[in-house]
Amino acid sequence: MTDPAFSLWVYLSQTPLLWLVVTLGAYVIADRISLAFKRHPLFNPVLISVAAVALVLWSTGTSYPVYFEGAKFVHFLLGPATVALAIPLYENRHIVLRSIVPMVVALVVGSVTAIVSAVVIAQLLGIPNLILISLAPKSVTAPVGMGITETLGGDPSLTAILIMLTGVIGSIMVTPLMNALRMKDWRARGFAVGLASHGIGTARAFQVNSLAGTFAGIAMGLNALVTALLLPLVLRLLLD
Amino acid sequence: MIVSLTLILLCQLLGEVVARGLGWPLPGPVLGMLFLLVVLILRDRIRAKIPEFGRALDSTGKGLLAHLSLLFIPASVGVVQRLDVVAEYGVSLAIALVASTFVTLVVTVVTFVVVSRLSGSSMEEGERRD
Repeated sequence: MTDPAFSLWVYLSQTPLLWLVVTLGAYVIADRISLAFKRHPLFNPVLISVAAVALVLWSTGTSYPVYFEGAKFVHFLLGPATVALAIPLYENRHIVLRSIVPMVVALVVGSVTAIVSAVVIAQLLGIPNLILISLAPKSVTAPVGMGITETLGGDPSLTAILIMLTGVIGSIMVTPLMNALRMKDWRARGFAVGLASHGIGTARAFQVNSLAGTFAGIAMGLNALVTALLLPLVLRLLLD
Repeated sequence: MIVSLTLILLCQLLGEVVARGLGWPLPGPVLGMLFLLVVLILRDRIRAKIPEFGRALDSTGKGLLAHLSLLFIPASVGVVQRLDVVAEYGVSLAIALVASTFVTLVVTVVTFVVVSRLSGSSMEEGERRD
């Protein structure tokens, strides 16, 4: 009964230290894999690390709340990182100011497209209205998207899942798609992925090009605002 | 670095206070980004009096942004564990997400580029500014 390895495991698995190290370790390995494949979109570091951590949790029978005790230190940094988006934004302020007109138009058109396309396609596939509400804000950053769903009577945890998946799908899709369309404007490429795939898309954009990352960050912030304002109206038109 | 981190967290705190206080639909950190932008705009003026002000801000902020992907792992792991929620409509939802993301990316990028050309703020052909 007093197996020292087992009691060490019992001790460590309850401390934040172990799960913090697992999170960072998974990311370091995933980032190296992504670099080794020259940032190939399929080797998305978020996807690889999430799969690795989920596998570790599953194989050790660790519950998410226990894991999050350690991982919350990493999670917390999302807030300050969002604030820090102001730094590349300020650095590129001349380019940003010069791009106000295309940004505003692309923001409104893209935001409406993101909502309408998701809801209409899902409607055609026979998905019930209650789930459509949770699907509609899928392109928005998670805290805002979950808030929107909650206000409209949907399921916020379903929204969280769909938002995460949209982030990963967009960041895998964006590079080959933009290359196929022969889009060479980093502002436009970044703006599109930030609008369609929020923070995870922004993280991808920063990996590829810092100007693209800057515009992705702007699009993420603006789309959160526009979607929060427009979504209730658009949804009313679509669901009635 | 500590000063920069404090400044960034202070902007986030202000953002949270204003967002919650006024009941705005924006998350605190996004509003905090606007506050930090104001700090950066004022920085050069403040530096005339306090030369040290905000010196490490760029490196601290870029350090945070360099590994933005890392920061999404904890929340995403929680989401992966609840994939059973989407099981019932899994295939249809997957199709809707992939198709909608595709359409959104194409429509947004094309709109941006077209309006950019029409409004004379195009940045193609390798043109660079400052």
